[in-house]
Amino acid sequence: MKFAVINFPGSNCDMDLYYAIRDGINEKVELVDYRNNSLVGFDGVLIPGGFSYGDYLRSGAIAVHAPIIKEIVRFAKEGKIVFGVCNGFQILTELNLLPGALVQNEKNRFICDTVDLTVVNNQTAFTNCYQKNENIRIPIAHGEGRYHCDETTLQEMIANGQIVFRYQDNVNGSVDQIAGVTNKNGNVLGMMPHPERAVEDILGSADGLKLFQSIINYQVKVNN
Amino acid sequence: MKLVKVYVTLKKSVLDAQGEAIKSAINTMGYDKVADVHMGKYFELSFADDYNAMEKDVDAICDELLANPNIETYRYEIAEAE
Repeated sequence: MKFAVINFPGSNCDMDLYYAIRDGINEKVELVDYRNNSLVGFDGVLIPGGFSYGDYLRSGAIAVHAPIIKEIVRFAKEGKIVFGVCNGFQILTELNLLPGALVQNEKNRFICDTVDLTVVNNQTAFTNCYQKNENIRIPIAHGEGRYHCDETTLQEMIANGQIVFRYQDNVNGSVDQIAGVTNKNGNVLGMMPHPERAVEDILGSADGLKLFQSIINYQVKVNN
Repeated sequence: MKLVKVYVTLKKSVLDAQGEAIKSAINTMGYDKVADVHMGKYFELSFADDYNAMEKDVDAICDELLANPNIETYRYEIAEAE
């Protein structure tokens, strides 16, 4: 499987994703500049964390008008794998490829920590290697990570199994302790925590590795 | 020239964490009569004044960029530019 990691001005977790794919699961990966307008030849697209365009206007708001975006939208519509971490999650909500929005943390501070998440749905392209309700430890680093959506959207997401990860301790004040959600079709995932920073024990946790292995597992099944 | 003044604020249903922090600082300064603070964003867009689709453009620009309709609302005023 060949992944594209999109590099926007201000992305700073692009190499973390790159190494997670190359060394964590031994798959093909290339960095793709935001000014490119083709993702032909790739099987999945990864949108890294960081501060695209300096978080000007709103986190992710400027990035959605970059040339590469129409290809990300195409991937999402065609059912291909699209995964956004942190700022990548913010970009996917700004694009309306995922419901809701990310706003300033409830408690007036940037949070940099390793937190416990619950795998709420293990029947997704991104979580099929985890157990249901498995506890995983994944780093977070964000100032605008409070997930917000209206009640109707929340109930729809619960009914569709779109809530994939919840914080065990609601660190940023997110609606329903939401840490990560998919689209209805299940091929687009966004999450604030950084699984790409938890792919080997020396990093403090290897609990993120199974997310990337799940994608491969899913793709093998789709291809057969 | 026309000057369009756009104001973007969070919907009432979304907690304004920055507004709350600012209110707390204002109260600490001693202005204890300030009961509520909401923070928003202000934009100025200048247009050539014979352009009749201006409001349609401003609505589209607000919907697609300046405001996120999931969490924010906007309003604008049109004035003569100096």
